[in-house]
Amino acid sequence: MAQVIGQPIDRIDGRAKVTGTAAYAADNRAERMAFGSIVTATIARGRVAGIDANAARRMPGVLLVMTHENAPKQAPFQAKADDRHARPKPQLADDKVQYFGQPVALVVAETAETARAAASAIVVTYEKADGAFVLESASGAAYNPGKGPTGAPADSKLGDFDKAFAAAAVKIDAIYKTPYQSHAMMEPHASLASWQDGKLTVTSSLQLVESAHKSIADTLKLEPDKVEVISEYVGGGFGGKLPVYGDAILAALAARELNRPVRVALTRQQMFHVTTHRPASIQRVRLGAERDGTLTAITHQSLAQSARADEFAEPIVFSTRSLYAAPNRMTSQRIAALDLPVADSMRAPGEAIGLLAVEQAMDELAVRLDMDPIELRLKNEPKEDPEKKVPFSTRALVPCLTEGAKRFGWDKRNARPGQVRDGNWLVGMGVAAAIRGNFLREAEARVTMESEHHAVVEMDMTDIGTGSYTVFAQIAAELLDLPVENIKVKLGHSSYPDTPGSGGSFGASSCGAALHDACTKLKAKLQKGEGAQGLSATGSVKPGDEYKKYSQYAYGAHFAELGVDQTTGEVRLRRMLGVFAAGRILNAKTAHSQLIGGMIWGVGSALEEETVLDPRMGAFVTQDLVHYHVPVHADVPQVEAVLLDEFDPHANVLGSKGVGELGICGAGAAVANAVYNACGARVRDYPITLDKVLPALTRRQG
Amino acid sequence: MRAFTYERPDNVAAAMQAAIQPGASFIAGGTNLLDLMKIDVEQPTHLVDISRLPLREVTETPDGGLRIGALVSNTDLAADQRVRQRYPVLAMALLNGASGQLRNQATTAGNLLQRTRCPYFYDVAMPCNKRQPGSGCSALTGFNRMHAILGASQACIAVHPSDMAVAMAALHAEIELQTPAGLSRKMPIAELHRLPGQNPERDTTLARGELITAVILPPPPAGRQTYRKVRDRASFAFALVSVAAIVDAGGGKIRDARLALGGVAHKPWVPKEAERELAGAPAEAGSYEAAARSALREAQTYTHNEFKVPLAERLLARTLGELATGG
Ligand SMILES: Cc1cc2nc3c(=O)[nH]c(=O)nc-3n(C[C@H](O)[C@H](O)[C@H](O)COP(=O)(O)OP(=O)(O)OC[C@H]3O[C@@H](n4cnc5c(N)ncnc54)[C@H](O)[C@@H]3O)c2cc1C
Ligand code: SF4
Repeated sequence: MAQVIGQPIDRIDGRAKVTGTAAYAADNRAERMAFGSIVTATIARGRVAGIDANAARRMPGVLLVMTHENAPKQAPFQAKADDRHARPKPQLADDKVQYFGQPVALVVAETAETARAAASAIVVTYEKADGAFVLESASGAAYNPGKGPTGAPADSKLGDFDKAFAAAAVKIDAIYKTPYQSHAMMEPHASLASWQDGKLTVTSSLQLVESAHKSIADTLKLEPDKVEVISEYVGGGFGGKLPVYGDAILAALAARELNRPVRVALTRQQMFHVTTHRPASIQRVRLGAERDGTLTAITHQSLAQSARADEFAEPIVFSTRSLYAAPNRMTSQRIAALDLPVADSMRAPGEAIGLLAVEQAMDELAVRLDMDPIELRLKNEPKEDPEKKVPFSTRALVPCLTEGAKRFGWDKRNARPGQVRDGNWLVGMGVAAAIRGNFLREAEARVTMESEHHAVVEMDMTDIGTGSYTVFAQIAAELLDLPVENIKVKLGHSSYPDTPGSGGSFGASSCGAALHDACTKLKAKLQKGEGAQGLSATGSVKPGDEYKKYSQYAYGAHFAELGVDQTTGEVRLRRMLGVFAAGRILNAKTAHSQLIGGMIWGVGSALEEETVLDPRMGAFVTQDLVHYHVPVHADVPQVEAVLLDEFDPHANVLGSKGVGELGICGAGAAVANAVYNACGARVRDYPITLDKVLPALTRRQG
Repeated sequence: MRAFTYERPDNVAAAMQAAIQPGASFIAGGTNLLDLMKIDVEQPTHLVDISRLPLREVTETPDGGLRIGALVSNTDLAADQRVRQRYPVLAMALLNGASGQLRNQATTAGNLLQRTRCPYFYDVAMPCNKRQPGSGCSALTGFNRMHAILGASQACIAVHPSDMAVAMAALHAEIELQTPAGLSRKMPIAELHRLPGQNPERDTTLARGELITAVILPPPPAGRQTYRKVRDRASFAFALVSVAAIVDAGGGKIRDARLALGGVAHKPWVPKEAERELAGAPAEAGSYEAAARSALREAQTYTHNEFKVPLAERLLARTLGELATGG
């Protein structure tokens, strides 16, 4: 059996993408297709008092104006469910406005332009109610969500933190803030819905086809077999395409009303309110240590926004429970319901922002101890999971740190801030650890021999740009002993076998393990020597006890070098290295690209990204990519990721762990720590824009 | 986007004629106007596409300056050898603006007339005096990190976003216009953009239907030139503060300094007092710092943009020092 799994082969869907033949949701066309445009609320809380759509209805080409007054009845919204993303998502259900940007009407017309013009011509009047919009003033309303989205409890406690912290020789007690962030993926959300013989087909841009299938079917009160959901190509998801939004539901409702296919696409501007965002957070980290750096006490407490319209508890503190040893510890997760758009997962929910706090706090502790920050981390390496008290399935934080230090030239770092100059630049280096929970979900896969030497793989899994198509082809090729070109991978149809979809970095491992099972079964059938053609096998995987018996995470270490302009405070990354261990790597090339993508996002989180809230209106004012900054090429001159060899026998049959989110975890903290090392500015309020760096520079220069 | 009619005349006279009708607007590269039309901020009913007018040449003027046709693209202008050699401040400013793709499409006149990037101006759901006179200024007590610190009014604190215009202001460029009556006139660039006062809806002093045909650069001034833009990321971001500076120094003295600041006002801001103070001053740190302070003396800040004052002062002082001492 040739070794195919792990090879850095090119994406098998690459050619279709670069030649423009891969059809993304909004690229799809249907005969007699009409176009929908959504009208969104311009108040944050209250009710729609009236909608004057007369002018819009009179415009030539306008086919339908749907508001809460005439929207078809749908299933009611459910606050809680096992699968949040499979809940009904009724649209225009009543006159209530729960957040700025909530859809309040849909216009459908013969052309997209007419629909949009008509949408602008609709006059909505509101009765406005007061709302709560500011996280800082909501601490009184903060509550314990009970558990986070992964099911872990909101609070944890071990030993006696207060006593140990009081007695600690060296302490850090600091508050960190992270802002609202938006997924800002390249492809805006869009859906095309059509009905034929009572069956609905929705082609959309989704991460979780199975959940979307249930959500759409339930919302419209349809039998599951009367709905087909398709999502073959997705131009980035990052969590923002886990839920189903108004585009899909409204397209389906309108298509039924009009008896013709309807496409509804969100504008870039609408995405900032209509879809979800990463909640802002306020985090307090306290670390107590002995003089030699041994941690005796750790607490990490978080407060994050949740929407009053729909609860989401960002699991900010969870990984802190497993990161460093210390006998006395406490973590707590609180959320506050605000009258803002809905918060939900965004790449590495929890770790991405939790580590911005914890890993900067570790750096602050190292400074106070006058100790190398890598040494400090090595000193506090746990032998088993410090809270769950179970062994780690694998844990490679130490090799990631030491290997990275060697490759990066960490020994050349000057520990004192402001000592290294390059012209007008003050140059600094920073380090931070990466940790990200590894998950396995129930999944099924089918593999069928199309001919003697050709197989087709089918799953309702998605490829959101991560490389799923390619790694599944590799798995099937290796197990069936066929060339990769002979494997056709079909994803993203709800009629294919059920998978958990793409999210939480569980997709490749869960689906890959199910596919492994399917291929193994097919191979057994093939060995019986009957003709290959038409032979088919279905495989599956279910999470077992391994998740209770072992603490499962992927790890890494980030190293950043950057310059701070001593006059202006501009921060510019110079180079960055991440060293990671994430079990067996399924494709070295796509994994690398996931990791550097995550790291770059970490740079953006540290320095640029913020969805700015206007607390008077309860609205986000950054509504396009001019105002919402993500890194551009010039911001990331040299970003490298190195993968250490690893196989996690407890993760799944492939030994792999997720890599989609690991890269962002801790990356921003390494950047923040480098800013401090460069110029002495300790900025705990992300993003670290130059206005927050300047005061330290003016102080330095007197 | 509202429905509109469209025409593409091939000579200036026809364009002027077409622009007379109410609701008409010129469109050049369209990189600003179309974006604003899509989100309903601009609602022209008739577009006069001027991209085929013969205004794409950069030519020498008899006195040794340059005449830049209104339709010369930002990319072509930045690459022009004469601009690069004699007016490096302009080439630098252009290359600091937008992205390669946008600069290919963006024109000289369009760049001058691009509208503010105040986020409230971009959302028709929010009050904005510039977009809808009398509705109020959301930025005044809202998110105003990008906003003006000089020359603003209670009615509007927006800044003009162009980089190119800042360099042109330091170069004392002239704007050449055609009036609807068929006359040609010129005005200094300092008179093109206006301060918001009580009429922030008017960005410039152009009359309705007037067409910019060219920008004229006087012969290159003596001294060294530079453009320095401070922004939130390394590329593709508007200026928080920028400085265009031309400094003629020698023998330990500054003979002449021409300055303009971007990102601080409703127009490229020329700190005249600072320029006067620098003329004849010793080429030393004290002079630069004093000039920087006087340039910002009248500054008024809002909730989120206080940092712009020290930032502009520090940037200006450093830039002066670099140019005057040949550093
Ligand atoms: C994402 C983004 C980032 C950007 N970043 C920057 C930046 O960093 N720095 C910067 O300086 N700019 C930046 N820009 C702005 C860009 O430079 C302008 O959009 C461009 O210069 C406008 O030129 P245009 O020819 O496309 O103008 P158009 O959009 O065609 O026109 C703009 C306006 O000028 C009027 N007009 C055009 N030509 C004439 C004429 N000859 N006479 C009279 N009126 C005329 C039009 O009626 C319209 O009102 C950015 C733009 C975008 C979209
Ligand atoms: S600053 Fe000017 S453009 Fe911005 S909201 Fe106020 S009036 Fe409008």
